[in-house]
Amino acid sequence: MASGATPSPPLLKAEGLTLAFGSRVILRDLSFSVRRGSVFAVMGGSGCGKSTVMRAMIGLLRPAAGTVAVDGEDYWGATAERRAEIGRRFGVLFQNGALWSAMSVAENVALPLQMFTDLGADDVDALVRLKLSLVGMEAAGERMPAELSGGMRKRAGLARALALDPDLLFFDEPSAGLDPVTSKRLDDLILELRDGLGATVVIVSHELPSLFAICDDGVFLDAETRTAIAHGSPRALRDGCGHPTVRAFMERSRQDHHGQGGSP
Amino acid sequence: MTQSNPPIWRLDRHGHDVVLSLRGNWIARESGLRNTAEMRQALEPLDAALLRFDTNGLGRWDSALVVFLQSLRAEAARQAPPLGLDESALPEAARRLLALAEVGTGQKPEENAALRPSLATQVGYSVFNWWDGGVAVAALIGETALRGVAAVGGRTRTRAVDVMQLMREAGGGAVAIIAVVNGLVGAILAFVGAVQLRRFGAGIYVADLVGIAMVREMAAVMTAIVMAGRTGGAYAAHLATMQGNEEIDALRALGIPVHDFLVLPRVVALVAMMPLLYLYACAVGLFGGFVVGGAILDLTPSAFWGQIQTAVAGRQFVIGLVKSVAFGALVALVGCHVGLQAGRSAADVGRAATRAVVASIVGIIALDALFAVCADALGV
Repeated sequence: MASGATPSPPLLKAEGLTLAFGSRVILRDLSFSVRRGSVFAVMGGSGCGKSTVMRAMIGLLRPAAGTVAVDGEDYWGATAERRAEIGRRFGVLFQNGALWSAMSVAENVALPLQMFTDLGADDVDALVRLKLSLVGMEAAGERMPAELSGGMRKRAGLARALALDPDLLFFDEPSAGLDPVTSKRLDDLILELRDGLGATVVIVSHELPSLFAICDDGVFLDAETRTAIAHGSPRALRDGCGHPTVRAFMERSRQDHHGQGGSP
Repeated sequence: MTQSNPPIWRLDRHGHDVVLSLRGNWIARESGLRNTAEMRQALEPLDAALLRFDTNGLGRWDSALVVFLQSLRAEAARQAPPLGLDESALPEAARRLLALAEVGTGQKPEENAALRPSLATQVGYSVFNWWDGGVAVAALIGETALRGVAAVGGRTRTRAVDVMQLMREAGGGAVAIIAVVNGLVGAILAFVGAVQLRRFGAGIYVADLVGIAMVREMAAVMTAIVMAGRTGGAYAAHLATMQGNEEIDALRALGIPVHDFLVLPRVVALVAMMPLLYLYACAVGLFGGFVVGGAILDLTPSAFWGQIQTAVAGRQFVIGLVKSVAFGALVALVGCHVGLQAGRSAADVGRAATRAVVASIVGIIALDALFAVCADALGV
């Protein structure tokens, strides 16, 4: 984590990625790179394969073609063991938190630490308390996931994603299902954590307000052509992208912002 | 990566202040957390007003450093005159994390530990729970009976497709395991009987033993136990999963009666299938008995069947059929009840399946004992 940040090759680089379920191609020839320390958005409408891209990056779906490189190392070309090792640098927040329901929130956060470090029980406890306090959940450590609200479940999932001090955080639809205030709070938290942890963040989302607020780079996927049709930060795409699909997507928010009562 | 650079801290006195120098790599995974107990001992005799940081030698760091700083803060606040911390030399990112963690700790753990109920309260709660459970079971049985009557009049929302599908799963799907279990039970009965009866030259009565035991008791009980494990558990797990997916809430919200849609079809399917499976189990069990009887005692088929016909009266079959219907209803109701009462997590699904199977099997045995007493009282 935060050491002297030297300008270096991208932390994550996808090249010529083709993703398919069996013979059904979801995305083809997708390339993008994620700069160290950036908040990178994978955008696009529903069904464009955003989450599938994330699955390929976190090791859940082997690409049909192309490579994903983490710190210059071919992720899918590595052995399964090495891949798991690289994967320990990732923290993943799934859409609904994906907390393990048989364990309390604190146990959820503790499990990665118990599995992958030699820390003693007291040290694990101290780290768990820290992670929970970072997401404002210290008071809820003993609760079971079923007793949490949607927002709390996400924050608990975030604490678990932070357990191993990851370099790279993945968020699948972080604001889905949250009210605007909670969603805003989560956005701020993501930025705070990015700055504090020096982590790089990849966000899969179609929630425009969040995207504009926190992302400084990104790629726009299109369901029709099944590939990336634009690169750049969400704000830059909103203000200066000529592609009609991207325009339509981004304009939506502009109308919402400006035309409270008048827009169709 | 510089592996051999362990985290070190040192306290130095500079005039009125103390300077805490942090060196090395503070990575939790590599070197664990530093203990602040030593820090407390080192701070105590110093009696300083301000603590400054020197981070020139600080290498890579992660949560290990933040935890250390957090407990240092707590320690400093605990000193007799509180020790001031000048954190300006700390890495910006670490200060942000500290601030974030501080905000998080604003809310204190809720009143969980305070309310440890007394023994009397616990007993009271469990009595209430037990009573509620009893009421829920009674309500389920009552509602099933009422809706069942309504269904006969075609006034329910039960779908015939569902019933057919459930019948196929419960009935056709169970044929193989019912055959194996009951065939072996019949064979075992015949074997045990043959060993004993042969000594008295009463080998032919093996047929009576197998016939009465299978038809009156074993076929119904063994089939019900198999169905409890196979179908009752599946019902409980299915409904509990639906509960977790909010599918049952969706039914309720749409105004589809859960009972008509989920419980009744299952009860009907099992009540309809159990007698058929029972008759099938009888046939397989008797055949199993005959195979062993024929092998050990050289009984001919005609002698065996003839003996069975005289031994097993029609009313034995009636008793078996009545039992199998009761067991079928029991298994289906227990499975549905447990499933509908289940919590919403994955662990609850497992618990529901276990509870349903255990409760069904205990219920089957208890009900069978009740039948034995009743049959004795009625003289059948």
